[in-house]
Amino acid sequence: MGKPILIRNGIVYDPMNNIEGEVMDIAVKDGVIVEDIDERGAKIIDASGMLVMPGGVDIHSHIAGSKSNIGRLLRPEDHRRSYEPRTATTYSGVGHSVPSTKVTGYRYARMGYTTVFEAASPPLKQKHTWEELNDIPIIDKAALTVMGNNWFIMDFISQDRIEDAAVYAAWLLKATKGYGIKIVNPGGVEAWGWGGNVFDLDEQVPYFGITPREIVEGLCRVNSILNLPHTIHVHVNRLGMPNNCWVTLRTAHTIRRAFGGGRFLIHITHCQFSGYAGSTWTTLRSGAEYIAKYVNSVDHVTLDIGQVVFTDTTTMTGDGPLEFRLFQSLAGKWANADVEVETGAGVVPVRYSRRSYVGTIQWAVGLELALLVRDPWKVCLTTDHPNGGPFTAYPRVVSWLMSSKARSRVMEKANRRALKYTVLPSIDREYTFTDIAIVTRAAPAKLLGLRRKGHLGVGADADIAIYDLDPRKVDPSSDYRIVRRALRRAAYTIKGGCIVVVKGEVVEDISGRSIWVDVGVPDDKIGELLKEVKPRFEEFYTIKLSNYPVPEDMLIESTPIRVNPSI
Amino acid sequence: MIASSIIEEEAVERTVEDVVCTFCGCCCDDLIVSVKGNRIVDVRNACALGLSKFLHMNENRLLKPKIGRSTSAKDVSLSEAVDVVVDLLKNSCYPLFYGWACTSCEAILLGLDLAEALGGAVDNTSIVCHGPTILAGQELGLITATLGQIKNRADLIIYWGCNPVEAHPRHMARYSVYARGRFIEGRRMRKVVVVDVRRTPTARVADLFIEIKPGYDYEVLSALKMLVRDLDLEVDEVGGVAVSKLEELADMMVEARFGVLFFGTGLTMSRGKDKNVEAAIELVRYLNFKTKFVLIPMRGHFNVTGANEVFTWRTGYPVSVDFSQGYPRYLPGETTAVDILRRGECDLFFVVASDPVSHLPRRAVEHLNNIPVVALDPKITPTVYISDVAIPVAYTGIEVEGSVYRMDTVPLRAKKIVDPPQGILSDVDVLKMILERVGGRM
Repeated sequence: MGKPILIRNGIVYDPMNNIEGEVMDIAVKDGVIVEDIDERGAKIIDASGMLVMPGGVDIHSHIAGSKSNIGRLLRPEDHRRSYEPRTATTYSGVGHSVPSTKVTGYRYARMGYTTVFEAASPPLKQKHTWEELNDIPIIDKAALTVMGNNWFIMDFISQDRIEDAAVYAAWLLKATKGYGIKIVNPGGVEAWGWGGNVFDLDEQVPYFGITPREIVEGLCRVNSILNLPHTIHVHVNRLGMPNNCWVTLRTAHTIRRAFGGGRFLIHITHCQFSGYAGSTWTTLRSGAEYIAKYVNSVDHVTLDIGQVVFTDTTTMTGDGPLEFRLFQSLAGKWANADVEVETGAGVVPVRYSRRSYVGTIQWAVGLELALLVRDPWKVCLTTDHPNGGPFTAYPRVVSWLMSSKARSRVMEKANRRALKYTVLPSIDREYTFTDIAIVTRAAPAKLLGLRRKGHLGVGADADIAIYDLDPRKVDPSSDYRIVRRALRRAAYTIKGGCIVVVKGEVVEDISGRSIWVDVGVPDDKIGELLKEVKPRFEEFYTIKLSNYPVPEDMLIESTPIRVNPSI
Repeated sequence: MIASSIIEEEAVERTVEDVVCTFCGCCCDDLIVSVKGNRIVDVRNACALGLSKFLHMNENRLLKPKIGRSTSAKDVSLSEAVDVVVDLLKNSCYPLFYGWACTSCEAILLGLDLAEALGGAVDNTSIVCHGPTILAGQELGLITATLGQIKNRADLIIYWGCNPVEAHPRHMARYSVYARGRFIEGRRMRKVVVVDVRRTPTARVADLFIEIKPGYDYEVLSALKMLVRDLDLEVDEVGGVAVSKLEELADMMVEARFGVLFFGTGLTMSRGKDKNVEAAIELVRYLNFKTKFVLIPMRGHFNVTGANEVFTWRTGYPVSVDFSQGYPRYLPGETTAVDILRRGECDLFFVVASDPVSHLPRRAVEHLNNIPVVALDPKITPTVYISDVAIPVAYTGIEVEGSVYRMDTVPLRAKKIVDPPQGILSDVDVLKMILERVGGRM
């Protein structure tokens, strides 16, 4: 953890504690933020004229696990255009859109990000996910566990055994050291096991006597029973298809209809990919307005945008049928990897072009969502790395949010016809630094239930980003390039009280924490259920039940968060 | 259950359940191992290959570190051997690290650390088995699934250029032909096709056996690609197979609800190599427009799949990585172990958990006469025999635990069942000692 640190005279943005650009000192000791420290013996960082924020928190990013590795394997050409040699402190690595493990950690740290959530990990392959996460330096990390097509969960829900579904989910999280419930194309990926798909909420999942609506509602109930820190994290049906904004709205609304709000919440992830109106690709329209209108009117929905960036990237998702459709239209590379009993996966390289009609619409939808949803606490900034673009594009996305001039610059070169069908050109909202601090730190930390992250109050983890940017002098609306440059290379990144980045270079290669949720379901309840499940488990799976869990000693700096469920 | 009962008095029998087999890429995880004292006396559920590995693990065992080749070899202590290895590595400009098929992912990661720290090259054994599969996968993308998908759903199983009865003896029973899953209740609900250049024992269980002329896989696959797209073939036979028979196979493929093409080195190592696999992938692509179809490579050694996975996540490339420029480079045809050895470029050859002297081409192995060779292995292999320094190590998955990947990339924890012989450490421990001494980061 190193010696105490005093950050002096920084211009601090800490929205969770209602601090908006105040000049103040921040003291760090033993890896946490403290009221005050003895200046003698402390490392003093002069942050006068610099922007100070909590370390960034990424709520949804595909950085590790089977699917990421398929992406890396599939794209040697991606690695050849981006490589980093070994230095005295850092390992070498490669990869533009699918970076290798070491550089993933370095690149996040260089941008001032300190916590990243792997977006989807199938339980059967979660050992793989953890092995890769272990190899990613500096940042704290966690993984969301894929459950939306899990046979046991679907069977329990269809038999109305919600409590058993909850116990099973609790065991899954515990066994795989997962953090939350991820739902990917509920029912649709199971149908992909037969080469099919499920396109709407009330369509039957073949052979399971269940519909996506029942899966989402069931898992939402499970989430609430288990008192999990995060909400259900949903990748809706029909993702990446025209006219899907209605499915998104219905999915969001089914939670309200069934439970009337309260503790029943839903996070719609990479909402851009499910925010399209217009019935075909050639008549594609933005559906962001409809979604924003709904999100503004309710308080049980949050989203991350999944912004598209004009670049060459690699799409990867548990939504196997989606990637097959993408392959059908692009006819390039296509990798598929079904996972027995649980889910699937697909990987297809894409290039988002601003000349293209669809590409421009996609770009606009993400920004419209971020700009039209009034409350920034409901929005997280993501590119659904690497689906919309690599996470290294975040500073670009920030500049688009902060500057309508920056957006116009892109629109000048974008597809004209597409722009006619979006409202983006008419939006003049520009994010403030507080808004940016919310969507990149405070809101994701709050949504994930990470009490010690995303803010700079006393007792918070000393994860701090300092950017060489004076918000009093720089007008982000016109000087968006300065903002972009500053955010790309943090002046300092402090992770857990250790200075890891100085002037955009990694100076210390440390390992981060492995965060997971330890659900306090009584062991006898789990034992009883597993006794019932075991014969079927071993009939369906090809490994033994006892070899399924991830042993805790596999995790570097295992940091369980204990929650008490209401069972 | 396992760890706590390791230290026990002699002659007390105990059994360890759900043990991961350490022989082939099937990594069957249901073995029941009986131990008397510190000796494995019985293994239930294992096939003949797995059984013999467990029961005969102490035959031809390398028990002492040795320095010097063949007849002039002398036994030394571990620290002396490590001293010599560190010296050799420090004086080497371009060391080549090779092997990794039968050890844990933890050890493989250390191997990559070593190669990076020393600016050497590192490669794994897939270059002599499924390297072409990787190349084809990089061109087109593999369309694959875990074995449970096959067990639960596949009603058409094709084995192409592989012979699981002899090479992966439990594959058919546990994962495919005879396995019972949720939607498929065993053999009678599946059709089995075997394509090979000779009538292998596997062919005996097939509903349809297709014997092709050696080296004609690409032609036959291309013909099938045409047939599944309803194109006419204007010849009577392709690769020694009557077109009517291929039409029969094409019909079976299209009519299957879930089909799988398992392929082995018969496809990857015969004429055409990666182009054969590309043809197979293209066939499966076309089939996915009509039904559900996947293909799965029949990976051979224990954790060779894990070697590819670890290489990929750390360096971006699955095999043949060169660190001489300070960052990972991958140029198949330039940076594979065979290329580097054949050109005589490396000045040290460091082998872990494999036996290249028996398996690499003669021209490549000849260079080993000119340079120092270091080997880490539990047994006395031909490679150990010609190496200048050999350090005995424990068996991963028998004497030390570790992470491994099955042929379908399902990760498993291989267990520790018995203690290694006195003074023998794991690959991980030995590699750590060496890495520390050559100034690598830990």
